[in-house]
Amino acid sequence: MNNVIEVNNLVKNFEVSKGFFSRNKNVVKAVDGISFSIPKGESLGLVGQSGCGKTTTARALCLLEPKTSGDVKFFNPEANEMQDLDSLTEEQVKQFRRNTQMIFQDPYESLNPRWTIKDIILEPLNIHNIGSLENRTEAVVEILKTVGLTPPENYLPRYPHELSGGQRQRVSIARSLIMNPKFVICDEPTSMLDVSIRISIMDLMLDLAKDLQVSYLYITHDLAVARYMCNRIAVMFNGKIVEIAKTEDLLSNPIHPYTKRLISSIPVPDPKYIRNKYEIDFTELDEIIKNNSENLPMVDIGNEHFVATHDVKDLLI
Amino acid sequence: MQINEQKEKNLQKQLRREAINRNWKLFSQSKLGMIGLAIVTFFLFLALLQPVLFFTGLWSQGVYNPVVGYDRITETKLVVECPKEYPTPEYENYASCPGDGEVQKKMLYLAQGVEVGDMYEVYLQPAPPSIKHILGTDSLGRDVFSQIMEGSQVAFVLGLLSATLGVGISTILGTVAAFYGGRVDRYLMRQSDLVLMLPTLPLLFIISAFAELKIWHLAVVLGVIGGLGGSVITIKSQALQVKVKPFVDSARITGGSQRKIMFSHVLPNVAPLALLFMVFSVTGAIASESVLSFLGLLNIDMSWGLMIYLSQTDGFIFSGLEYWWLILPAGLSVTFLAGGFYLVGRGLDDVFNPRLRKR
Amino acid sequence: MTKDILVVDNLNMHYETLEGNVMAVNNVTFTVKEGESFGLVGESGCGKSSVASTLLQLQSENAIISSGSIKLDNQELVGMSESDLRKVRWNDISIVFQGAMNAWNPVIKIGEQIREAIREHHPNNTKKENTEKISELFKIVGLDDSIMDRYPHELSGGMKQRAIISLALSCDPKIVIADEPTTALDVVIQDQILNEIKKVQKLLGLSLIYISHDIAVIAEMTDNMAVMYAGSIVEKGPTASIFSNPRHAYTKLLLESTPSVVGEKKKLRALDGEPPSLINGLKGCSFSPRCPDPTDACKKGSLEMKLIEIESAHWADQCCVNCG
Ligand SMILES: Nc1ncnc2c1ncn2[C@@H]1O[C@H](COP(=O)(O)OP(=O)(O)OP(=O)(O)O)[C@@H](O)[C@H]1O
Ligand SMILES: Nc1ncnc2c1ncn2[C@@H]1O[C@H](COP(=O)(O)OP(=O)(O)O)[C@@H](O)[C@H]1O
Ligand code: SF4
Ligand SMILES: [Mg+2]
Ligand SMILES: [Mg+2]
Repeated sequence: MNNVIEVNNLVKNFEVSKGFFSRNKNVVKAVDGISFSIPKGESLGLVGQSGCGKTTTARALCLLEPKTSGDVKFFNPEANEMQDLDSLTEEQVKQFRRNTQMIFQDPYESLNPRWTIKDIILEPLNIHNIGSLENRTEAVVEILKTVGLTPPENYLPRYPHELSGGQRQRVSIARSLIMNPKFVICDEPTSMLDVSIRISIMDLMLDLAKDLQVSYLYITHDLAVARYMCNRIAVMFNGKIVEIAKTEDLLSNPIHPYTKRLISSIPVPDPKYIRNKYEIDFTELDEIIKNNSENLPMVDIGNEHFVATHDVKDLLI
Repeated sequence: MQINEQKEKNLQKQLRREAINRNWKLFSQSKLGMIGLAIVTFFLFLALLQPVLFFTGLWSQGVYNPVVGYDRITETKLVVECPKEYPTPEYENYASCPGDGEVQKKMLYLAQGVEVGDMYEVYLQPAPPSIKHILGTDSLGRDVFSQIMEGSQVAFVLGLLSATLGVGISTILGTVAAFYGGRVDRYLMRQSDLVLMLPTLPLLFIISAFAELKIWHLAVVLGVIGGLGGSVITIKSQALQVKVKPFVDSARITGGSQRKIMFSHVLPNVAPLALLFMVFSVTGAIASESVLSFLGLLNIDMSWGLMIYLSQTDGFIFSGLEYWWLILPAGLSVTFLAGGFYLVGRGLDDVFNPRLRKR
Repeated sequence: MTKDILVVDNLNMHYETLEGNVMAVNNVTFTVKEGESFGLVGESGCGKSSVASTLLQLQSENAIISSGSIKLDNQELVGMSESDLRKVRWNDISIVFQGAMNAWNPVIKIGEQIREAIREHHPNNTKKENTEKISELFKIVGLDDSIMDRYPHELSGGMKQRAIISLALSCDPKIVIADEPTTALDVVIQDQILNEIKKVQKLLGLSLIYISHDIAVIAEMTDNMAVMYAGSIVEKGPTASIFSNPRHAYTKLLLESTPSVVGEKKKLRALDGEPPSLINGLKGCSFSPRCPDPTDACKKGSLEMKLIEIESAHWADQCCVNCG
């Protein structure tokens, strides 16, 4: 009851045909049995290299693509109960849509270039028929102020291409928050933005999370960003979560070799700091994880710190 | 309300103006586009000028009407008889008889009592350009310039009508094919392949053999054939690209229905490409009309193709450039207006295709 | 004293556009020594890539160099004829363009494309010699020889970027410019590429100009650095000195706005506002509209921008030094 979302053994496979003429299909296990939950008002960082399945997880969670198997339960504030995504009634799907939103990576592609900012932010309200026309416009003006686009009447009639990357991302945030969702999936929302603008967007998202009681699933490949944004971090490798822990715990006491590798690869903004290089053989790591594919348990090593292994001793190489 | 609506409206107006200015700037950078626009504007001016001339009374319907007008133009000529063999002292060769201001006696078989050496008042039909008829008259004594203007009207009506119809059809079908995929897509693609393989002109010949083709019939036929053909495939591929954009996903996450997403997100984003198609297909329509008219397959009072057709049936087309005003104005008009629309399309391409933009 | 390999003096460059002149490079002055690694950092659109392309005289057609000089090994590049330039490029100075890894010709094998580049400058080499050369380069950047016979689409982003680096090294240049070579890559690949670049630089004794918007990467990769804002260098000097004693308000903000995985978790400072339009130039301190605490003197814009030396080899804009 205290979670906004509970994911259990989520699997998403893609079938790709082997060749142009071949009828055989290869199965790509993009997401291979991951489990996590996000408590109300907290944010979980999902980090990992590109191609490890972060986006696929996000798309499966917000029903953009059907999952292959696994259970996903979401907290429906309108019914005040956890509901299984597989058995929603039509009305419940609508409630799910209202309470789960997504912010995309590319601010240049995530807003319809032919719509004005006003129409873009209005769209969710129009789809769900919330409030009178007058109220809706008022809501748009309010949310624009909230995300720092003031004065609002300067932005309402503009088209996305007239705004900078940072402003567009603010519009995306405004649009995703206008229906007061409790869960927002953010797929690298700042990675295409400039460093200087990045922080103000991240700060805005943190403030809004606090004020509006929103939980984020924050996807990024940069642990430094995840540290700034999230209470907990899940490290993903080849479709699996290999380690999940509270942020500071994960950074100060990484157990899994892949987590160590990931942390050691982040450049530090201090010329005097010498990173200790942690080299691992990825193919070997891949083997270890693949061989134990079906039944690699998440071992609790205390303080809500979980590592995917049979025995923590195996990992202390 | 806390928001200043007046301010918002003003900004809206200003932004619209700015957008137009910006696009105009981009378009005006394309030399080809500007030449095309000048040509199209010129013909549009001609098309609109004719009704004005009639309405203000500067031109009387009786003389200048392109179809039923008539002007009697005469010139007094010396009646001669051409020799059987050349050269003679008067005439160097076959072509120099009759000379200027002369008319052969055998041409005047309807006149009675005319002898060689008489002066005779001859009807000039076709009459060469003069101040009254700046492009002369045709073999029925009708003003060629007025006919060019009328033809311009026909070309615009036909071109724009068929292009709008065609692009409307292909945009909707292309978007539907992209959006629903599966069997709908396969059916529409096969249909496009089929229509693409149909030879348009021969098909039109056959249709005209069964039914009287009026100008708007032609517009519909050309529009439907164009709209079902290859442009569906191109529009579909554009719509497929739009369909996978994050803003479409975003609308789906919010709960927008398929149809709503198709009409409000995908369609507006394929519209620029469709407009481009439209401009290019005007070219095709104008060209097809002249070919059909030239072959006499259209039931139409006046058009550029018909003017060439008439000069051909009256035998003037083979007389070299002697009767140039019967052929050249109409022929050049077809070439230029069709080319003009094509060039406008090239210019618009620069506006719509940011890839090609030179920053 | 190591010798100066590249001396850029008072370089000014603008782009002519419909809206007016975009002043992309203003009074840029810096020196790169032999074997040194020089960093250029600044937000997107501040003119880093423009500097890079001007250094190779590969700027786009609407670019005008209004004044300044670029001396490569005492050879003046500004105003040099195209045929002489062609000899200098790749032989003496080469570049890894921003996004170059997506610029491989998709239908030609990687090895063939690099061979082509070498042939251009050493037409007398045999194919075997070239292949050996490429194999040597591939070893340096950590690629397998078999990659030569692969098409670009068969390689991952990291492999393509490594191949680009080997292409840039193919004619043994003295100085290599790397324009955001890891921006499109994820952290692990970025780490590998950074290591590779460092290794190559040490191995071949190269000078390196490293361009990035990421101050953390600059901290790790460079000995000296320059901070660019709105087309001008606002601060330059030894990297260690700039990080320990930043003097310009923009540099300070940049340093305080970068998250890190080590040390205390700090509240980061955000940089509000938009970068200024570079059309038709700016008066006074270009950063003043976004500066968190400008003094009255700054707001008046009475002081012209000019670098002054504040400690050995550490220069900063005089406006900021005097008012802060
Ligand atoms: N060919 C061009 N014509 C006109 N303006 C240009 C051109 N190339 C760059 N500019 C402008 O010059 C300025 C500097 O651009 P530059 O590409 O050097 O920035 P940058 O620091 O490399 O940014 P990024 O990290 O986005 O690549 C920008 O304002 C840009 O819009
Ligand atoms: N539509 C798809 N068809 C086939 N494979 C896909 C598809 N989408 C993603 N994948 C594969 O799934 C894996 C995970 O991809 P993705 O979730 O996009 O990674 P990330 O977001 O971490 O970069 C990759 O191996 C990718 O190639
Ligand atoms: S000179 Fe003044 S306005 Fe400019 S950056 Fe320094 S303190 Fe800010
Ligand atoms: Mg992704
Ligand atoms: Mg750049």
